Amino acid sequence: MIEKKEISIPEFSLVLLIGASGTGKSSFAAKHFKPTEVVSSDTARGWVSDDETDQSVTGDAFDLVHAVIEKRLKNRKLTVVDATNVQPNARKSLVALARKWHCLPVGIVFQLPEKLAIERNKQRPDRQFGPGPVKRQMLDLKRSLRGLKREGIRARHILKSVEEIDAVTITRAKLWNDKREECGPFDIIGDVHGCADELETLLTKLGYAVTWKDGEPDITAPEGRKAVFVGDLVDRGPRSPDVLRIAKHMVEKDIALAVVGNHDDKLKRYLDGRNVKQTHGLAETIEQLDDENDEFRQNMSEWLDGLISHYVLDDGKLVVAHAGLKEEMQGRASGAIRSFCMYGETTGETDEYGLPVRYNWAAEYSGRAKVVYGHTPVPEAQWTNGTICIDTGCVFGGKLTALQYPEMELVEVPAEQTYYEPVKPLDVATTADDKDAGKLNIKHVLGKQAIETRDMGIVMVREDESAAALEVMSRFAADPRWLVHLPPTMSPPATSEKEGWLERPEEAFAYYREQGINTVVIEKKHMGSRALITLARDSEVAARRFDVDDGSKGIIVSRTGRRFFPDAEMEKAILDRLDMAMQKAGLWEKLDADWVLWDAEIMPWNLKASGLVNQQYAPVGAAAVAGLSETTALLEAAKQRGVDIADLHAKSSQRLDNAAGYRTAYNHYVGNTASIDDIEIAPFHLLASGDAVHSDKDHLWHMDHAHRLAAADSDLIVATPFHQVDLANDKQVSDAIQWWKNITANGGEGMVVKPLQFVVHGKKGLVQPAIKCRGKEYLRIIYGPDYDMPTNLERLRKRGLGQKRRMALREFALGIEGLHRFVENAPFSHVHQCVFGVLAMESEPVDPRL
Amino acid sequence: MLLTISTTHKPASDLGFLLMKNPENVHEVSLAFGKATVFFPEADETKCTAALMLDIDPVQLVRGKGRHSGAEDQYVNDRPYAASSLLSVALARMFGTTLSGRSKHRQELAETPIELEAKISPLPVRGNKQIVTQLFEPLGYEVKTSSIALDPIHPDWGDSHYVTLVIRGKHKIADLLNHLYVLVPVLDANKHYYIDDAEIEKLLRKGTGWLEQHPHKDLIAKRYLRFRSLSRAALRRLEDSVEPEPAEEIAKNNEAEEVIEKPIRLNEQRMLSVMAELERSGASSVLDLGCGEGKLLRRLIQHSQFQKILGVEVSPQILAIASDKLKFERMADRQKARIELIQGSLVYRDDRLKGFDAATVIEVIEHMDAERLSAFSDALFGHAQPNIIIMTTPNREFNTLFEGMIEGTMRHSDHRFEWTRQEFKIYADSCCKNYGYSVDFFPIGEVHADHGAPTQMAVFKKIGKSEA
Repeated sequence: MIEKKEISIPEFSLVLLIGASGTGKSSFAAKHFKPTEVVSSDTARGWVSDDETDQSVTGDAFDLVHAVIEKRLKNRKLTVVDATNVQPNARKSLVALARKWHCLPVGIVFQLPEKLAIERNKQRPDRQFGPGPVKRQMLDLKRSLRGLKREGIRARHILKSVEEIDAVTITRAKLWNDKREECGPFDIIGDVHGCADELETLLTKLGYAVTWKDGEPDITAPEGRKAVFVGDLVDRGPRSPDVLRIAKHMVEKDIALAVVGNHDDKLKRYLDGRNVKQTHGLAETIEQLDDENDEFRQNMSEWLDGLISHYVLDDGKLVVAHAGLKEEMQGRASGAIRSFCMYGETTGETDEYGLPVRYNWAAEYSGRAKVVYGHTPVPEAQWTNGTICIDTGCVFGGKLTALQYPEMELVEVPAEQTYYEPVKPLDVATTADDKDAGKLNIKHVLGKQAIETRDMGIVMVREDESAAALEVMSRFAADPRWLVHLPPTMSPPATSEKEGWLERPEEAFAYYREQGINTVVIEKKHMGSRALITLARDSEVAARRFDVDDGSKGIIVSRTGRRFFPDAEMEKAILDRLDMAMQKAGLWEKLDADWVLWDAEIMPWNLKASGLVNQQYAPVGAAAVAGLSETTALLEAAKQRGVDIADLHAKSSQRLDNAAGYRTAYNHYVGNTASIDDIEIAPFHLLASGDAVHSDKDHLWHMDHAHRLAAADSDLIVATPFHQVDLANDKQVSDAIQWWKNITANGGEGMVVKPLQFVVHGKKGLVQPAIKCRGKEYLRIIYGPDYDMPTNLERLRKRGLGQKRRMALREFALGIEGLHRFVENAPFSHVHQCVFGVLAMESEPVDPRL
Repeated sequence: MLLTISTTHKPASDLGFLLMKNPENVHEVSLAFGKATVFFPEADETKCTAALMLDIDPVQLVRGKGRHSGAEDQYVNDRPYAASSLLSVALARMFGTTLSGRSKHRQELAETPIELEAKISPLPVRGNKQIVTQLFEPLGYEVKTSSIALDPIHPDWGDSHYVTLVIRGKHKIADLLNHLYVLVPVLDANKHYYIDDAEIEKLLRKGTGWLEQHPHKDLIAKRYLRFRSLSRAALRRLEDSVEPEPAEEIAKNNEAEEVIEKPIRLNEQRMLSVMAELERSGASSVLDLGCGEGKLLRRLIQHSQFQKILGVEVSPQILAIASDKLKFERMADRQKARIELIQGSLVYRDDRLKGFDAATVIEVIEHMDAERLSAFSDALFGHAQPNIIIMTTPNREFNTLFEGMIEGTMRHSDHRFEWTRQEFKIYADSCCKNYGYSVDFFPIGEVHADHGAPTQMAVFKKIGKSEA
């Protein structure tokens, strides 16, 4: 009796159960793995033919098996293949799948006596195929055993008896690169290349205490911090052995992690006695090693041998690899990955300096994890799509750079001298790759998209919504690099029950009360068009922040991402004025920012909507007044003649008044639009500036900043009137209603009610960020001149708000998420996804009058 | 909206008998969309006037509409106020007997032409207002229209597209009503319901005896029966508007007889040039970017040289039309295997577009904002990298030769730019330099010595790739 047989498999592996029919594979799989982890050829036969033993459908069944395995491996899921797997060809395609997805193949072989298997099959009613197949399978298995390793199945476990099978326990081992439980804070250090002096200075600057005793370093880390070396510790520089000493010491003391660089790997091979070319600075290292004893060389060889290709850290949010790493390779293991981590991918071509042209994986990167890497010297460490190269060419006379995580701050030490002449100048090193940055791939927006937002969890964008948005984004939107946010739609309050009214503030207040909100802010709703104003301090900042190159320092777009001002001169003039106002108000300094995003209303309304006025509102007014005045006059004549028609006459007169009221209502929105002097801007949200998203500030803060800006240029910028209202205070509530009445009585559009805080999670989740209360006369434009006649109003009350409100919340969550991602230097495609999502939501068919 | 019918025939009050309505009463009928009322503001021996007033329910009107068109739907519109096909419906309901030429008490008078005057206000007229006269005058009316200002507060906005129409003439009452029944919807191209076969029957019936001889009968039939769907409207956006718009159809019809041989239209020439170039290149896989409704695809599928055809279009609606027009449903499997239609965008990189011999971009780039061109070039030249790219775009220099084109305007309202030959060359050269292509230029259409051809074509070839 065997007590216990432990089989350890990597937690991400493709486990092949290998053995003839009747050797207990399926029972074994059911005992040790989750049902969803097991992909069985018998089950697949059943799916395609209703008969698990139907051999005639084997081809179709294996197509399914492979398809399921492929999807599971793509999603990094351990998978067990329950098929006989006794023929080399069958295993070959499975190993190929494992390779493709950088998954380790594991073989568990069931080598039981032939008789036992035949006997077992006899007992099973659905396995009445006689001894022939089992005999063939046993023979195949026997022939296979020696070949497994050659086929790529390095991890093999052979079980030779029923007892042994029963004694098995399976343990799952984490991959070596999996350090997700390590959450930092980290100090990630770029390519050192033997520059020990600069390394010591940098460590000291980072707060590490560095001392040497008897030629060995002793280093202590600041509380809780850990260094991470991105590799290439050695070669070219003056003190490679010392750098190795420091790194090894820190790693062994558990105050550092190190991934392998190509130079480290090459040195290891040299130390192992392999024949390597002593180029690219290896010769210098070898010379320095001459002063070291054999024990040192032996130790270092072993230590270097144990270096891992990359680490996945902080719950999967951070990846460190020497040459960077594509998303589909992170947290997996294969020779291809190790090679990518050390060398990156090359296109096979060479540039004018004779260096291999690198495939720019970072330009297309769109993974969730931030990737920090080195390998390619750059003049300045800069984020691209959530990745950053921190090899700033210290050994070439540049500087040694560390990235502090999660602070995302760069700490740098200049090189004390140029130790080695670079083959190609540092500043041209990256230009060849730069053209790929910020390019969008359609796969990130087309089809069904699930976007994870911090305020609302996953927001789904349906396929038809994306399809509609693609057209708008492609044909009408401004350059998407500028679009890091779009505002949400805004819902009206529930319908008023008061006679003669459709909308009133009471219902808006009631909504917020129900959500447990006590304090709201009411802001005058301007009669203009929603606009987003992105403004950088100068065009260089704009180019750096937004990767745009048209020399402009900002943009003004509509709520659907279209350019607000088709006239570039006008836009520039307005941006210049806003910049001056920002300066005059001291806001640039106060915010300590090099760019801002204002959410605003721009007046007059017909600036954007002149088409609507001339092609819809004015014609309706003209037709209504012309028809009704004629009709009323004739009804009057008939009435004079004694026809019993007084009711019709009265109604017609009323409708004529309504038509006149309609004309008055839209005329409030019509102003001159010829010059900048006709334009007014009313900012109300300061959405983001510098590296901050201001959704954590309350509306008083936003209003305060907007008013400061307005005070600096009152000709162009309007200070939005607002009040704070305590919903428990009846006096304040009735004053607020009176305020709204005054605004709307004078032809104003109405007011917007917002919870004091920008983002509020109530009892039922995210709360509407704003509710608009529109005035009675304004609604005439929306619902038609006669909307408030009793018979019409009664029917209009039946309007459903649910969809509008769901849309508003989802758009709000997406919009804010986009901003966060932008300031966090997420891959540009991730920012774009959010903005695209807002646009996609807008394609939803919702009653446009809401 | 209001229609009045008056007569000065003596005794004028006989109008009540002709219309079968007592002038002293108010007559109402309910209709699906509201209520029609007839009353008589004047009724004596010398002059009698009947007024037909339509009270259209605006709430019902909006509710009844499909909500598929989303935010751009006109939720407040002129239907409750302006004369339209709804008037025809009301006419038929209110004066059905009269329309059919019968009268209970005055049959003889009904068959006699008498002095009649009809007034409609407001009457919407799409396009040239001349058309009102052209429609009613041949029928023997004296026509008077007076325009209605868009908004008296803004004289600079000019006139609205509504008029007050007065027609006067000696006619049988039934003829007048039938003329109005057919011609009011013709003037207002915005029919309120979709047409079907029954609609055609209706037109033929009401037009008996006069429509056949009307000089503009084709136009009347076409506009009366016009089918305006959302997809069609969307489609028109991308159509070349160099060709005359429907509003000018009268003029075109007049010339139709003189022009015996239809000149090869520009679009046709473009297609021929592009096809010739593709055939010459030996390409077997072709990418048609911005394929629209599939004009080029339909030609490509006819040639077995093209074994793999991919049409890419950004608008889902237009894509659906393209699929219809290609008759995908009925296509033979062999053909179907060669062609695919996908929604895609020209300003996003798209891995599905890689690996093609040739790409065509026919009259597409000018529909793209100039600031997006770099993304387009990257996606096409840098990412998809076909061996051959055929690109056409209008030549702005030629615009001056188009009659009726206003200086400084473009050929289509959606064109974001139109380039001179030099501007096109600068763009093409930069693509060649950045992405490793060579380029040749060709004119399409009649070449003018100074202004070049109406369309310009560039053929790019990837350097290092010989023709397939």
